[in-house]
Amino acid sequence: MFPNPFQYYAPQSLDEIFQILDKYGDEAKILAGGQSLLPMMKLRLAAPSVLIDVNGISQWANVNAQDQSLQIGALMRHRDWEHALDSRVPLLHSTAVHIADPLVRNRGTMAGSLAHADPAADWGAALLALKASVAIQSAHRLREVPLREFFVDTFTTVLEPQELLTEIRIPLPQNDAFVGARYFKLERKVGDFAVVGVAVTVVLNPEGVVTDAGIGLAAVGATPLAAVNAESLLRGQRLTLDLVQEAASEAAKESDPITDRRGSEDYKRAMVNVFVKRGLTAVHKDWQLQMDISA
Amino acid sequence: MNLDATETQPLGKAIKRKEDPRFIRGQGRYLDDIVLPKMLYMAMVRSPYAHARIKSIRVEDAYLVEGVKAVLTGEDLASMNLAWMPTLAGDQQMVLATGKVLLQYQEVAAIVAETRESAEDAASKVQVEYEPLTPVMDPFFALSAEAPVLREDREQKNNHIFHWEVGDHEETDAALAASAIVVKEQIRMPRVHPAPLEPCGCVADYQKSTGKLIWYVTSQAPHAHRTVLSMVSGLPEHMIHVISPDIGGGFGNKVPVYPGYVCAVVMSMQLGRPVKWVETRTENVATTNFARDYHMTAEIGATEDGRVTALKVSTIADHGAFDAAADPSKFPAGLFSIVTGSYRFPVAFAEVDGVYTNKAPGGVAYRCSFRVTEASFLIERVMNTLAYRLNLDPVELRRRNFIGVDDFPYQSPLGWTYDSGDYEKTLNTALDMIDYRGLRSEQQKRREQGELVGIGVSTFTEIVGAGPSHTFDILGIKMFDSCEIRIHPTGKAIARLGARHQGQGHETTFAQLIAQELGLSAADVLIEEGDTDTAPYGLGTYASRSTPTAGGAAALAARRVRNKAQQIAAHLLEVSPEDVQWDGSRFSAKGLSSRNVSMADVALAAYTNLPKGMEPGLEATYYYDPPNLTFPNGAYIAVVSIDRETGQVHVERFVAVDDCGTVINPMVVDGQIHGGLTEGFGIAFMQEIAFDADGNNLAPNFMDYLVPTAVETPRWETGRTVTPSPHHPIGAKGVGESPNVGSPAAFVNAVVDALSPYGVTNLEIPLFPWKIWEVLKQHGLTES
Repeated sequence: MFPNPFQYYAPQSLDEIFQILDKYGDEAKILAGGQSLLPMMKLRLAAPSVLIDVNGISQWANVNAQDQSLQIGALMRHRDWEHALDSRVPLLHSTAVHIADPLVRNRGTMAGSLAHADPAADWGAALLALKASVAIQSAHRLREVPLREFFVDTFTTVLEPQELLTEIRIPLPQNDAFVGARYFKLERKVGDFAVVGVAVTVVLNPEGVVTDAGIGLAAVGATPLAAVNAESLLRGQRLTLDLVQEAASEAAKESDPITDRRGSEDYKRAMVNVFVKRGLTAVHKDWQLQMDISA
Repeated sequence: MNLDATETQPLGKAIKRKEDPRFIRGQGRYLDDIVLPKMLYMAMVRSPYAHARIKSIRVEDAYLVEGVKAVLTGEDLASMNLAWMPTLAGDQQMVLATGKVLLQYQEVAAIVAETRESAEDAASKVQVEYEPLTPVMDPFFALSAEAPVLREDREQKNNHIFHWEVGDHEETDAALAASAIVVKEQIRMPRVHPAPLEPCGCVADYQKSTGKLIWYVTSQAPHAHRTVLSMVSGLPEHMIHVISPDIGGGFGNKVPVYPGYVCAVVMSMQLGRPVKWVETRTENVATTNFARDYHMTAEIGATEDGRVTALKVSTIADHGAFDAAADPSKFPAGLFSIVTGSYRFPVAFAEVDGVYTNKAPGGVAYRCSFRVTEASFLIERVMNTLAYRLNLDPVELRRRNFIGVDDFPYQSPLGWTYDSGDYEKTLNTALDMIDYRGLRSEQQKRREQGELVGIGVSTFTEIVGAGPSHTFDILGIKMFDSCEIRIHPTGKAIARLGARHQGQGHETTFAQLIAQELGLSAADVLIEEGDTDTAPYGLGTYASRSTPTAGGAAALAARRVRNKAQQIAAHLLEVSPEDVQWDGSRFSAKGLSSRNVSMADVALAAYTNLPKGMEPGLEATYYYDPPNLTFPNGAYIAVVSIDRETGQVHVERFVAVDDCGTVINPMVVDGQIHGGLTEGFGIAFMQEIAFDADGNNLAPNFMDYLVPTAVETPRWETGRTVTPSPHHPIGAKGVGESPNVGSPAAFVNAVVDALSPYGVTNLEIPLFPWKIWEVLKQHGLTES
């Protein structure tokens, strides 16, 4: 339970980070919350020779809300959403409470979770559903990548060794829109990784027509997945029981789980179906309640 | 209302645990808290293979790591005749592998260094060349002719360890053949692990100048461990001082002797410095003794009106690579013969065959008195099947077959004499608590609405307190236990026992017991256990034996003290000893109760003002050889509902009524019940140490071996009946293990009951949601 020896840097500026990255390349690993990296190092599943602790980059510990998007700095912790509900993106709160345990939520970062790219991670599914993008920076360039193009494979993303994930950007709906969301997680016990995780976020207009829908799936593929076909079935439609069932079964088809000790491929696919259905049904109920109140 | 320990007449009172303030404040002193001057640290090199021949071991690179003091291999140990050690079950076990490895994570070499970090770094530098062999993971395959012979050290060239049987085979077969009804069920209790939160470890401190070894070790049985260590190492027993510090849970896992212990002792003796070894979580879960892994087939015969006629049980027991069970010598399958349970079987037969496989050695009695959980699970599950076959309520079937209150002492067909019980009353208490009749009609209504709701009953009988010397020994040592009490001049007492608690609350409960006998408060009695230089010899704490054995010794030692105290009281009261009476707190002159003295008065006199010719001091020791075992019992009822879409089981209610005889501290008993039920819940729903075909352990950490937390644990409702043991000095029976023994069947019976309308009678644990879902799917129940 001790990591291999490593060098430790705690830079205070981006320039410093890039200098160290330039020197060590892929021998270096970025340490943010460390809630995945450190256990892997202790089990000697990961053995970076250099750790770059980025917790000193204070400008990353902020959230900026602009009209069109929410910009989340790379050091925002899971707990920041556990204790806050933003009605424009309720999915963040709905997801955060399901992540691991309080110790992990206090230290772990959203950006770190995305960069680590565990297919079972909760944020991957949720932020895919929210159609987030990420800002990626190196010494030489700054680029923005939609999250739906970010994940390549299990524990693999488009990040290059010299690059950093600096910000998460979530598009915001119009102010008067109704946004409903749920994160459902089947876990074997509290704090477990998802057996199956399903994130659902839906924007409805006053007529009950879906103006935008996002469905993200955890632990049912080599990466977190977006159920794009199911999403497009919903857009421009009312949330009827039939449509909900159709979308749920489409999402199940889009999932690509494997059989393991947590359940068979069939089981996991069926759970995607169940949770998409439950998520959409719950959102529809929320909307009806909202309409009853405002009526 | 919980009381402080200053209460006098404390027996039966909910006194707050004396040990809790230090545990709650993080001031316990566990093994890993012990740091000695010049202490070295040990790490293990372990096998990645379940079965492989060792071609070579190269240790040179390990010595290049800074701080490394020594590397030990199996060949080094072989030159000292220490490559193998005896197990408590009479088998032998490799300390460090020579020739081949027999399980994944097996110990291959030990490294000792100035720091734990250096030791681990060096461990990764040891190069071992393996030639992988076919692993044998299935105990049934292990018995087949095609299976490779795992244990080349044995003369017997197969994987069969032992055959054990009890009862009358022929009569049982005849009774089954003559029975109108016969049900047969295959019941598997998968491999699980006791998983104490504190892993195992030791600090061996051999001082070359004195020749004395001080050995701090996470031990449930420090005296037995000292004897074993003396036998293995050749060190004289009086030159070994075993100290078992605060222990963070044992559950049977800290009864055996482990390879790491032997290596640490050898290294300390070689280097003349203290050597600490503490397991990682994976080392604990993957290599130390597992539990269960019993593959059982049972047949019950019955009449049409539901009277049982015969029980026949046949079992394959997977013991892993070494038979390292800690069962009493004459009982290779432990007390599995309690399998007739709470029922009047006229005849029965049980047989168990032990088998070697490429898995961790064992199996220990995980919070049960040697294979009693397996036996109880089996009989309570198959009685359930019989109830369905007879179309009889499981409660009614039990009533028709209970051993009656007038049948005690009851002679079971498999050889036990049950001491006492009132099963009907215990069951009725549970039925009242849960409103069984109302519950059944509610179940009917909810079923009509499409819900899957089940009620499961388990009315188990345990057998604990091993045990009487005519029957019970471990490696020849009789299974008595002991207590020594010293009363000091100011009337305060220290009592030392041969047991060793690991969270059971002995510092409180034994203080209560002794205080009750001596007219003191529990605060006046300090309990010490776990130090072999100070405590009298005893076989330790497991198998719910502390109260039945050491508790008996404590009561009888206290009565010896009281007898002498009475003589002194007579002297102080100036009457003859026959004219002194004891009212539970004071001695007084018969017929003149105003003339009286307290135990504290007597204690002072024992050192200052003795009758002429009397030996000074006030102390006594008692070695208690119990005349029989005790038979705690209980009635547990679980109510569950199943999510048709996900297969998740929700435990809606759980009522546990226990009869453990006289209760010393009801709060401590409730605590024991809560803990054991939580473990039983884990066993029923979450836990299995499974392997893939290559022998890889699929649950070698707490990410995959699931231990329930407060979040998923149901709310427990506890109740009690009290039928004292007629032979125990205070009528107590022991309780620590009942909930682990009795609850798994209640959970499974409830889930089976929920699915019984669809013809389901048997489900294999653990009841993972995906397994339930597969069953729901088979029966077309997943669509709501």
